[in-house]
Amino acid sequence: MISLENVFKRYSDDVAIGPISLEIPRGGVTALVGPNGAGKSTVLTMIGRLQEPDAGTIRVGGHDVARTPSKTIAKVLSILRQENHFVTRLTVRQLVGFGRYPHSRGRLTVEDEQHIDRAIEFLDLAELQDRFLDQLSGGQRQRAYVAMVLAQDTDYVLLDEPLNNLDMQHSVQMMKQLRRAADELGRTIVIVLHDINYAAHYADRIVAMNDGRLTETGPPEEIVRGEVLSRIFHTPVEVVDGPQGRPVCVYF
Amino acid sequence: MSESLQATASARTGRRTGPFPTPARRRRYLIVVGVLLVIALLATYGILGYGNRAEFMSRQWVTIAGLRVESVVVILVVAFCQSFATVSFQTATQNRILTPSIMGFESMYVAIQTAAVFFLGISGVTLLDGPARFFLQAGLMVLMSVLLYSWLLSGRFGNLHIMLLVGVVIGGGLGSLSTFMQRLLEPNEFDILSARLLGSISNASTENLPYVIPVCLAAGVALWLRSRRMNLMALGRDATNNLGLNHRRELMTTLLLVSIMMAMTTSLVGPMTFLGFLVATLAYSLTDTYDHRLILPVAFLAGYSVLALAYFTLRNVFYAGGAVTVIVELVGGLVFLIVLLRKGRL
Repeated sequence: MISLENVFKRYSDDVAIGPISLEIPRGGVTALVGPNGAGKSTVLTMIGRLQEPDAGTIRVGGHDVARTPSKTIAKVLSILRQENHFVTRLTVRQLVGFGRYPHSRGRLTVEDEQHIDRAIEFLDLAELQDRFLDQLSGGQRQRAYVAMVLAQDTDYVLLDEPLNNLDMQHSVQMMKQLRRAADELGRTIVIVLHDINYAAHYADRIVAMNDGRLTETGPPEEIVRGEVLSRIFHTPVEVVDGPQGRPVCVYF
Repeated sequence: MSESLQATASARTGRRTGPFPTPARRRRYLIVVGVLLVIALLATYGILGYGNRAEFMSRQWVTIAGLRVESVVVILVVAFCQSFATVSFQTATQNRILTPSIMGFESMYVAIQTAAVFFLGISGVTLLDGPARFFLQAGLMVLMSVLLYSWLLSGRFGNLHIMLLVGVVIGGGLGSLSTFMQRLLEPNEFDILSARLLGSISNASTENLPYVIPVCLAAGVALWLRSRRMNLMALGRDATNNLGLNHRRELMTTLLLVSIMMAMTTSLVGPMTFLGFLVATLAYSLTDTYDHRLILPVAFLAGYSVLALAYFTLRNVFYAGGAVTVIVELVGGLVFLIVLLRKGRL
């Protein structure tokens, strides 16, 4: 379980995040949604201990992320940021291999290799595993990054807008693979999403933020309603019944 | 995990993940190391044996070679320090353009030297001569550069352009400060100072070698042992922290070791702005791997080969042994420009 208790971070006099108290249960996919600047990424990076909150405590799987050694946390949660730019030239397999660092400290064992194999298979990268990252398309590269955090073999996986810059096909593919990672591998996935339709379709829980505060939390059926979404996104949103009886949000 | 996944995964096991994606690249690496070793040995033999009329390895030959061996040791130390410091610095700061020299590590040393003479005078400086002075100055430079650059590189100025600008300004500023103080010195103070500052390979401050060598070796070995951590640091701050390594602590440790090595090489032969850049760029393109355990030795070998060849050629072909740093700087500067222009960005 991920729990935030009165987490607060101040950027300047008028920009502050929180205080936020939130509990994300184990398992499933949780989507963080909200307009630009709502603080979604900040909350995610604070959970992933890449940023420190000014006040409050964050616990992931029982560990206080600020107090527990980073080494230990790295076996419990993994986080992938939006921008990934490396100076070194890496193949897909080498990149995924780095995901094993918390377990092997850079000396890969046979077991590590199996984890790497599995992560590569899981994201359909077997054909591409010896290609260099700079020879891949944006969608393939994004998949390689996700394979790296899956190889890290943590219960909790945090992803900051992994659909950014992906086209329709690759976005759907990515969400399906994350869904499978939650269902088949039992990972708890927390993901920042921009498109409410993806959240409505693939997430088990939606956490909506606005102006640095939590506004709504609940399963998609509760959140994906016209008046709720209009309030969250400051834009008139209409929810209509789509195919297979699933709601579709129309906002243009 | 589902059964089908398990099956496909185990069907693929036996694959190894290493620093080289294919055996051909591993072979290429070994060939590169071999060729560099041959060049290094030839250049060393050239320096020791060229124009040495005595019979090879005879007593007379060894005596003549012994007179020249100091240059070889100096070249070894300078190449070792510059290559290890530059590669580690570039990894720690996640760029392949900036080097400790470009960022003004060496100007710091010159400024400290000058300030010592300026404030203490000749009597004060000579009072402090010997190992005490050496370690005091080196220690001061290490302290100041760690303070300055850990603040500068802490990520608050995450932009490479700004850091380059600030680095160049710091380098230039410290340089002008030194020049200013030198103008105000008395002629004989200035004389003593310039004898200490103007190092070159054939006129290195070799009296410091007994302390320089062990310190360099210790710092270099420490850096090499941190290779696996540096492999991770090259992925950036967020990825490093995510994988359970404290990026800030790693950055500080690396900067500390880098500034120690820079202090050592500057104390021997003075500033060399582009050698480190030249050598690191060569090493990256020759090795084509992420693994610092493999990059660092090649950078060292390349650095030694470049310096030794330049020294040999200049000394024996152009009779201008003192101009080695000038020529290496010229070549290094050109490579820097070419890389910058070809990449079209920092």
